[in-house]
Amino acid sequence: MITLPEVLLLATLLFCISIAGIFLNRKNVLILLMCIELMLLSVNINFIAFSHFLGDIHGQVFVFFILTVAAAESAIGLAILVVMFRNRDTINVDELDSMKG
Amino acid sequence: MTQIIFYIFGAMLLLSATVVVVIKNPIHAALFLVLSFFSSAAVWLLLNAEFLAIVLVLVYVGAVMVLFLFVVMMLDINLATLREGFARYFPLGIIIALLLVIAMGMVVGSDYFSSDTYKQMSISATQSNTKLLGLAIYTDYLYQFEIAGAILLVAIIAAISLSMSKLKITKSTHANEQVLAKKEDRLRIVKMKSEEKKG
Repeated sequence: MITLPEVLLLATLLFCISIAGIFLNRKNVLILLMCIELMLLSVNINFIAFSHFLGDIHGQVFVFFILTVAAAESAIGLAILVVMFRNRDTINVDELDSMKG
Repeated sequence: MTQIIFYIFGAMLLLSATVVVVIKNPIHAALFLVLSFFSSAAVWLLLNAEFLAIVLVLVYVGAVMVLFLFVVMMLDINLATLREGFARYFPLGIIIALLLVIAMGMVVGSDYFSSDTYKQMSISATQSNTKLLGLAIYTDYLYQFEIAGAILLVAIIAAISLSMSKLKITKSTHANEQVLAKKEDRLRIVKMKSEEKKG
């Protein structure tokens, strides 16, 4: 039988892996977007675990909305990425400094 | 038995997520992301979230990851420059991730979450998960559901308008030019002699 702490630990490890991924791949916007997807996945695992172990369907409704918003976010993010690559010929974060910020 | 399957898919999820983070080639990273979505869908199935597990496979693997792969293959990126800081930031990233694992592990591993409050288990084994979810979405969360639809519409429009090429391959009307058009712009009166009838 699966217990709640096991599932929560799985989600925690997944979240930390994606945090480490953001540190390691800080130049590549594409991998950064993938890491954000993994983070959202770990949040969803938490929601589903609590929904299962508390016997409450509303956690799954939240996962549904998170999936919707994450799909919209990655679609817009990739569109921005394509436009950026067309204008600047790079997706390196370090070279995106034309605003001098 | 359930626990063994859970451990197998959990290990698969963590391994493929690690590979996504460390692998060189973005195409391989996207494919391993697909694997991690599949294994987490299996974990969701074990937690009785059947509908969402199927939605994860259909929407994420079927749509979002294909989008990722398309973009990866469309962009001609220079991998060498993008990997520059990898070795330099490796220790820092590992240390921060370990600290987070320890901090969050102390929270989720505490006795609180293994108490009897969280032993209630599955919502209903007799009723279908899809039906329960549909009932909740279309009654309690109706407005939020509509807003989610609006967000998706906005995302479609934004993505298309952002990535549409500047080349004029599409035909469109220019309302202000049409309104400002005068008779002189369109009509040319040519004076000429009337021709005589021959023969």
